[in-house]
Amino acid sequence: MTLLSTKATCNTHGQDSSYFLGWEEYEKNPYDEVLNPNGIIQMGLAENQLCFDLLESWLAKNPDAAGFKRDGNSIFRELALFQDYHGLPAFKKALVEFMAEIGGNKVTFDTSHIVLTAGSTSANETLMFCLAEAGDAFLLPVPYYPGFDRDLKWRTGVEIVPIHCASSNGFQITAAALEEAYQEAHKRNLRVKGVLVTNPSNPLGTTMSRGELNLLISFITAKGIHLISDEIYSGTVFSSPGFVSVMEILKDRKCDNTEVWNRVHIVYSLSKDLGLPGFRVGAIYSNDKIVVEAATKMSSFGLVSSQTQYLLAALLSDKKFTKNYISENHKRLKQRQKMLVAGLQKAGIGCLKSNAALFCWVDMRQLLHSNTFDAEMELWKKIVYDVRLNISPGSSCHCTEPGWFRVCFANMSEDTLNIAMQRLKTFVLDSTVNGRNQNNHHSPKNSKRRSPKWVFRLSSPDRNRESDER
Amino acid sequence: MGLEIEQPSAVQLSKIAVSETHGEDSPYFAGWKAYDENPYDELKNPSGVIQMGLAENQVSFDLLEGYLEKHSEASSWGKGASGFRENALFQDYHGLQSFRKAMASFMEQIREGRAKFDPERVVLTAGATAANELLTFILADPGEALLVPTPYYPGFDRDLRWRTGVKIVPIHCDSSNNFQITPQALEAAYNDAEARNIKVRGVLITNPSNPLGATIQRSVLEEILDFATRKNIHLVSDEIYSGSVFSSSEFVSISEVLEARQYKESERVHLVYSLSKDLGLPGFRVGTIYSYNDKVVTTARRMSSFTLISSQTQHLLASMLSDKEFTENYIKTNRERLRKRYQMIIEGLRSAGIECLKGNAGLFCWMNLSPLLEKPTREGELALWSSIVHEVKLNISPGSSCHCSEPGWFRVCFANMSEQTLNVALKRIHNFMEQRDRDRNIISSQ
Repeated sequence: MTLLSTKATCNTHGQDSSYFLGWEEYEKNPYDEVLNPNGIIQMGLAENQLCFDLLESWLAKNPDAAGFKRDGNSIFRELALFQDYHGLPAFKKALVEFMAEIGGNKVTFDTSHIVLTAGSTSANETLMFCLAEAGDAFLLPVPYYPGFDRDLKWRTGVEIVPIHCASSNGFQITAAALEEAYQEAHKRNLRVKGVLVTNPSNPLGTTMSRGELNLLISFITAKGIHLISDEIYSGTVFSSPGFVSVMEILKDRKCDNTEVWNRVHIVYSLSKDLGLPGFRVGAIYSNDKIVVEAATKMSSFGLVSSQTQYLLAALLSDKKFTKNYISENHKRLKQRQKMLVAGLQKAGIGCLKSNAALFCWVDMRQLLHSNTFDAEMELWKKIVYDVRLNISPGSSCHCTEPGWFRVCFANMSEDTLNIAMQRLKTFVLDSTVNGRNQNNHHSPKNSKRRSPKWVFRLSSPDRNRESDER
Repeated sequence: MGLEIEQPSAVQLSKIAVSETHGEDSPYFAGWKAYDENPYDELKNPSGVIQMGLAENQVSFDLLEGYLEKHSEASSWGKGASGFRENALFQDYHGLQSFRKAMASFMEQIREGRAKFDPERVVLTAGATAANELLTFILADPGEALLVPTPYYPGFDRDLRWRTGVKIVPIHCDSSNNFQITPQALEAAYNDAEARNIKVRGVLITNPSNPLGATIQRSVLEEILDFATRKNIHLVSDEIYSGSVFSSSEFVSISEVLEARQYKESERVHLVYSLSKDLGLPGFRVGTIYSYNDKVVTTARRMSSFTLISSQTQHLLASMLSDKEFTENYIKTNRERLRKRYQMIIEGLRSAGIECLKGNAGLFCWMNLSPLLEKPTREGELALWSSIVHEVKLNISPGSSCHCSEPGWFRVCFANMSEQTLNVALKRIHNFMEQRDRDRNIISSQ
């Protein structure tokens, strides 16, 4: 039999991780308000389902956009033939203006600096191909989005070296941690090419402070390396402090047209802010002409469908719509997050104070048997199987402290969220009671009954979910 | 801000970013440039450069537009609330099941049921460009090679090599036998790679061929498959032009050969397909990998995360391609129109004294201008090409851009323009040839 490449046979795609098991369990027994009220509630999916009504009403009022028409005339042929990797000009214009609007118009973006890609999954990988290669590393603050292991490393051969962040200061990046990570990379014989951050953060749900952003700029300036800022959640910042793009910091520091200006790159996407992950709309924004040129050519491998570019050009060019959408989106996300935080509080569970994204970073350390990742896994299994909530364990995000979990709140109805909180409350009360009774009677028999099920799962083949866990 | 911080030398970009393997700095772009600077327009610029270097299918749009008019639900999401949101949220890399089914059945229809396709083996990618690169990542490691028959589609230099680090080793074909692939040529290519210490991982063929515009004969497919089996390597068959064969009985897909062999040794075979040529939808980015190898299917599916098809587009095409009445009529009509265009151009060229390779598929013909070369060299070809672009004002593709080992051949597209424009182009060629004859007569009579 013929062999496949090293890339095909390695595990860097990350889909054998226990993290995907929660998915499988959910898919076998999905909650449904009517048909399966005892099923598992999906809280591991960072989707934004709160504003579809706004999109649907816009579509109903503007049928030309999806109907391949411009002013009532068919432009089907034009769109069907349009495969220019420079992208539809009207769409790029609308997209950069939308990006600026999200940032409060403190910075404007130039259409000649933007590259369209099939989702930010593609954007991140493409940037890696442009900036680094095997033997190189990017520094990433932990905890980080699990998909990065695949997106940044799999086909590129680039390594990720973690920047350790701790709960003691709200998981913020410190100068010491940056330096430590840089040295660690050198110890591993890796050339550091840059730092990649997600701002707002996944899984923390917080925006980066001006202090952190300034620290990063100083760090990359001193080391002469790149900075990638994945701003996929920038439109989901619902309370203060507001969203500050790294471009704004550069402007404030008067870095325009200096060397560091060319080494800062932004990744964006419409998958979270607009709730359109299926449409595969991502972008790279860079001030470095060579990066833009190389990335543009590489985008041939993942272009955005012209049908979709046209639809979204029309949508995002409607400034009345975008203004209203952005503010409604904030309002609804804020309200939903409040519900989750309050519900967790009632269950005696705290979370990191957050102001953005579609999830909270929940602190369940007090529910752990011991301060270990084994205990975190055990707790997670209980939550998936007994409480029937699929949430994401911090270890899957490379968190260095056990006991933290990412819990999504924008991919379900209010009722479902309430039920989830009820279940959690019941669980915590029960554990507290039982914990007091059984603290010294932890039976090995019980854990034996559970682990065989997991052992089988860990060795089963294909997980059939895309990176919805973002 | 007066503190001077020493700047270490600028951090480099990757080797890939600065390499030229994307191929876009080649001299052939001069043709594109000439066209972009002076594009033909029937009314506004009748003496401009006519684009004959673009393999687009523009002859059957009316059929697609007709379908869309009758089926508005394909491009909208119906009245129910769930239609739009479900589609907008759908990012599963398995792809929309209804679309995979429709794609598999469309591929079967193109082959008139002579081969069966299982929707579970269909992996979706944003175009065949992505499919070919993805397969290369899966089948070979950097430094290893794929054997590709010449002449071949210039895009392969980028698609198969650029980011993958994989090499292309050519299987030389020439006009002595109509550029067919021979067992000797296959062996020679393999040995050539071995001599250079390069590990060969597979053969990649395009059937029907670009730029030849001809299908590969069944016996040759059998030989190629046997060769791949003997060497224990993969076989990739890019069948992007399978629906553009002028006469349905003349196309044999590798899938038919496998079926006849009861799928023995099939796990080394992988097909690439796309809707960019047959349906004329390159902008929609719809490609697929069909593999008989389970591990390849699974891995390709995971890798397709980097290049998924917009769910909006999947929804549209699932509707269109599931309509058997529509697809049957489309395939038949499209075929016939392409055949007619092909006849037009062949006859037009013939009456100008130019012969082409006998073709039976695709959106172009493979024209033989070797008798016109001053010198039978690449330079001679490029000189002739330059005069065709700048004097005759036709952008056609020189064989050397397709790595053809014989100078003087050119690929000329015929389906990306109206019949009137094609006639204008043929007239210009006619005049060019007449002028050359006159010039030669003057010289010989001096």
